[in-house]
Amino acid sequence: MISGAEIVIRCLQEEKVEYVFGYPGGSVLHIYDALFKQEEVKHILVRHEQAAVHAADAYSRSSQKVGVALVTSGPGVTNTVTGIATAYSDSIPMVVLCGQVPTAYIGQDAFQECDTVGITRPCVKHNFLVKDVKDLAVTIKKAFHIASTGRPGPVVVDIPKDITAQVCEFDYPKTVQMRSYNPVVKGHLGQIKKAVQILQEAKRPIIYAGGGVILSEAAEKLTVLARKLKFPVTNTLMGLGAYPATDPQFVGMLGMHGTFEANNAMHYADVVFAVGARFDDRVIGNPEHYGQEKRRVIHIDIDPSSISKRVKVDVPIVGNVNEVLDEMLKLLDGDVVTDPDVADWWKQIDQWRGRDSLAYRQSAHIMPQYVIEKLYEVTGGDAFVTSDVGQHQMFAAQYYKFDKPRRWINSGGLGTMGVGLPYAMGVLFANPGAQVACVTGEGSIQMCIQELSTCKQFELPIKIINLNNGMLGMVRQWQEMFYSKRYSQSYVTSLPDFVKLAESYGHVGMRIEKPEDVEPALRKAFTEHKNDLVFMDFIIDPGANVFPMVAAGKGLTEMILAEDL
Amino acid sequence: MRHIISILIENESGALSRVAGLFSARGYNIESLTVAPTEDASLSRMTILTRGSDEVLEQITKQLNKLVDVVKVVDLSEAAHTERELMLIKVRATGKDREEMKRMADIFRGRIIDVTESTYVIELTGSSAKLDSFIAALDAGLILETVRTGVCGIGRGDRILKV
Ligand SMILES: Cc1ncc(C[n+]2csc(CCOP(=O)(O)OP(=O)(O)O)c2C)c(N)n1
Ligand SMILES: [Mg+2]
Repeated sequence: MISGAEIVIRCLQEEKVEYVFGYPGGSVLHIYDALFKQEEVKHILVRHEQAAVHAADAYSRSSQKVGVALVTSGPGVTNTVTGIATAYSDSIPMVVLCGQVPTAYIGQDAFQECDTVGITRPCVKHNFLVKDVKDLAVTIKKAFHIASTGRPGPVVVDIPKDITAQVCEFDYPKTVQMRSYNPVVKGHLGQIKKAVQILQEAKRPIIYAGGGVILSEAAEKLTVLARKLKFPVTNTLMGLGAYPATDPQFVGMLGMHGTFEANNAMHYADVVFAVGARFDDRVIGNPEHYGQEKRRVIHIDIDPSSISKRVKVDVPIVGNVNEVLDEMLKLLDGDVVTDPDVADWWKQIDQWRGRDSLAYRQSAHIMPQYVIEKLYEVTGGDAFVTSDVGQHQMFAAQYYKFDKPRRWINSGGLGTMGVGLPYAMGVLFANPGAQVACVTGEGSIQMCIQELSTCKQFELPIKIINLNNGMLGMVRQWQEMFYSKRYSQSYVTSLPDFVKLAESYGHVGMRIEKPEDVEPALRKAFTEHKNDLVFMDFIIDPGANVFPMVAAGKGLTEMILAEDL
Repeated sequence: MRHIISILIENESGALSRVAGLFSARGYNIESLTVAPTEDASLSRMTILTRGSDEVLEQITKQLNKLVDVVKVVDLSEAAHTERELMLIKVRATGKDREEMKRMADIFRGRIIDVTESTYVIELTGSSAKLDSFIAALDAGLILETVRTGVCGIGRGDRILKV
């Protein structure tokens, strides 16, 4: 017989969990004690619970494994909510273990009590309150199972303190059966055949690939399929890396800040092949302005509720993208009926490409786009890039050409400022020795800046690329364009001296103010300071804006281009 | 369009709030909701009366199916079914109204289940429309209190919702 606390740790060992990101407190003291008595599961002490969840989230994003966080009851839990909601929006598999007040105190407004199940319910895939120590192991098993199967997502397990003290026999189930939870994996063969037929008839096709391709580890299959068909491919913000950005068939990211060619191709396509993507508002803009009457839409998604939610789908295929693409490739390998003729379509696309919509104006100041271009060169295009939210995020997405999945780590769905630094930490734990850059802004970085301390404790050689425009740039851009330049609260004044700040934590700080210093500074950071955390404060042109842009509520062809202004 | 959604759901604490939370978070409407355990005590059956376009209803059923505790969902109103609602209504029953109330209850096949010198409690079962017309048929000033269970329904014949 072992205690509930020991059961928790044994479960993590059984799940082969390497790292738990967490922060201790009263209701998890037994668990922390059990953690202390073993070495298999390593604990990463963060400086704020939000960062623990973000780090666990990025650990998963960059490795496919389930991320794990451990926090105490009450404020420990409420501090995790932003992180949980962020992971939920992007379908990231994660298990969050939360302490709770003892069972007998629940409902009595006890010290550090909160309704964890109630507070997290709308932003988790599922959550549990453990009421009996005998249910503990099977509940944790279910949590890992639910988090990592079907459409992945975060699962919260709320564990009262008394449960962690009680003892019982430990028996970790190998598998769990739940009559109410049986996600579909294989796609319907009839539908798949129909889809292949339509793809072969296409004259103006577009492959529109999203985060689902990455989550189901299907990037390679997608690439094979696209090359076989010679179709243009666009990736969503969440899908970057699902198809290699340096491949000639790649037309760039689409959406609010997508390329001219990607957005036009998406709009004028006669066959839209959506793979693990969900036609969200930042991608297609206003669905009423989207696309052609005679268009046919094929959609693969593991979540039936994503299909025909915003755009009517002609051939829905519910299933795991990986498995469905497998079936499609088999069909295409067989006797192909026709070879789609897409030569004219490519001519049209090349014309759109000629518009060079990512060209940006020159300046005496450092342009943020230029920093990303140089970052790409210096890292050989092979770094893990995490980002925060704002203009810098869009610049990173547009100018860093991701050739591999799981290299671009950002909060696409919720758009959470503050994720960048904890994301970089999670990435490094999952990929020790990798080059990791955190592209951020002076606004966002301050939302989780305390993690510089965690980075010192665990010696994480993250390269922070702070695109410092002294403004909440993305907010300012909208105010400039849609609010007659009334810059309400979008200035960040009283900024710290980031160099000194980094140094005070024991890191290396650099301030870069001239365009000619950008590349040497980056080289220095990635070579001489390979093993240091380097905070690079790039003072950039404060007027730089992100283009192209599809204003909220507009259609994909109603793009504002850099030179239109 | 009016729809009756029947749900089999694990009889766990919090299951109801997951369903209610889903409806409010996504802006779906609930006109009535009933829930109670089935013959298998580990399962609850929930009936939700809602309104929405075909697209909204498709999303409602898909989203309900996505809830981990939900075992099965059907839109009962898609095919032959029967539905019932129970109402208890307390009315003033004095003087000439006393006889009139008794007569009205009889016409609607209601039963008087509590009697005092000045009041009756009438029990009435039927479609929601029938309960509505009973209320409409009474003098509004005589109605003291009403309580309705909300609709519950079941498929006809071989249409069975079971695990
Ligand atoms: C937690 C949070 N609060 C507010 C916002 C709204 N918001 C989006 S971008 C942005 C500005 C970000 O500023 P900065 O980090 O300096 O990046 P920049 O746009 O200047 O590159 C804000 C406030 C958000 N996305 N997340
Ligand atoms: Mg800024």
